[in-house]
Amino acid sequence: MPEEPLDPDVDLRDPAQQRELVRHHVSVLGVIALGGGLGALARYGLAQALPAEPGGFPWATFWTNVAGCFLIGVLMVLVTEAWSAHRLVRPFLGVGVLGGFTTFSTYAVEARNLLRPDTVPLAFAYLGGTLAAALLAVLLGHAITRKLVPVEVAV
Amino acid sequence: MTVLLVFLGAAVGAPMRYLTDRAVQSRHQSLFPWGTFTVNLIGCVLLGGLAGAGTALPAAVYSLLGTGFCGALTTYSTFSYETVRLVERRAYFVAAANVVVSIAAGVGAAAFAYEAVHALAG
Repeated sequence: MPEEPLDPDVDLRDPAQQRELVRHHVSVLGVIALGGGLGALARYGLAQALPAEPGGFPWATFWTNVAGCFLIGVLMVLVTEAWSAHRLVRPFLGVGVLGGFTTFSTYAVEARNLLRPDTVPLAFAYLGGTLAAALLAVLLGHAITRKLVPVEVAV
Repeated sequence: MTVLLVFLGAAVGAPMRYLTDRAVQSRHQSLFPWGTFTVNLIGCVLLGGLAGAGTALPAAVYSLLGTGFCGALTTYSTFSYETVRLVERRAYFVAAANVVVSIAAGVGAAAFAYEAVHALAG
């Protein structure tokens, strides 16, 4: 999605502004790294708690991705409509924690593992089921947050 | 130990996703979320290859690179969020293309890398 413009008012020839820009990027990358690590640990914990049987439906990844999608729906309403959030909140929670928590690679590899003659229908159910539940979860997160949180008048 | 490896791998994978997304998104004007598509595809190739190595790969390496790095490099939350945003903007074709192409390419790339590495490691 389009981000904010890349600081057109910053003059990179000015050392003070250069330092400011570097500090900004270092802090953004730092909170993304920390959030990503924490999100991944939560995903790992859930995978340990709900181990998938070979040839079985990968419930741990399913719930991880669906929960992460619900939460990104909640977060985006909060940071874009309801709060005037600190500039590091969205990188930390959205890019870091939720990006590190949810995973596309495990989803794809688990689907590949199910593409055997006896579990092909399960592979497609997993691919389509996760997608449908994830998209609905984003919409649900949006809708519930808009209902519960008074939205600031857009300026 | 495993917990530390997962954390470290993810602490590199997540910023890498951010930087790749920014670099890719700044180079084109189309609505299609090429940035997220790129990181997800790269992650699917890597994880497919790691899974294909099977027991030839030490469990610690899998925790660091697979669960940690690939898991955090790729994202389902941004993929879903961007798809919903495309639908809200009535860019139905791009939204459908994003879903179909991301999933088909991701699973295809993971399967290809799995078989390639499995054949080499086997």
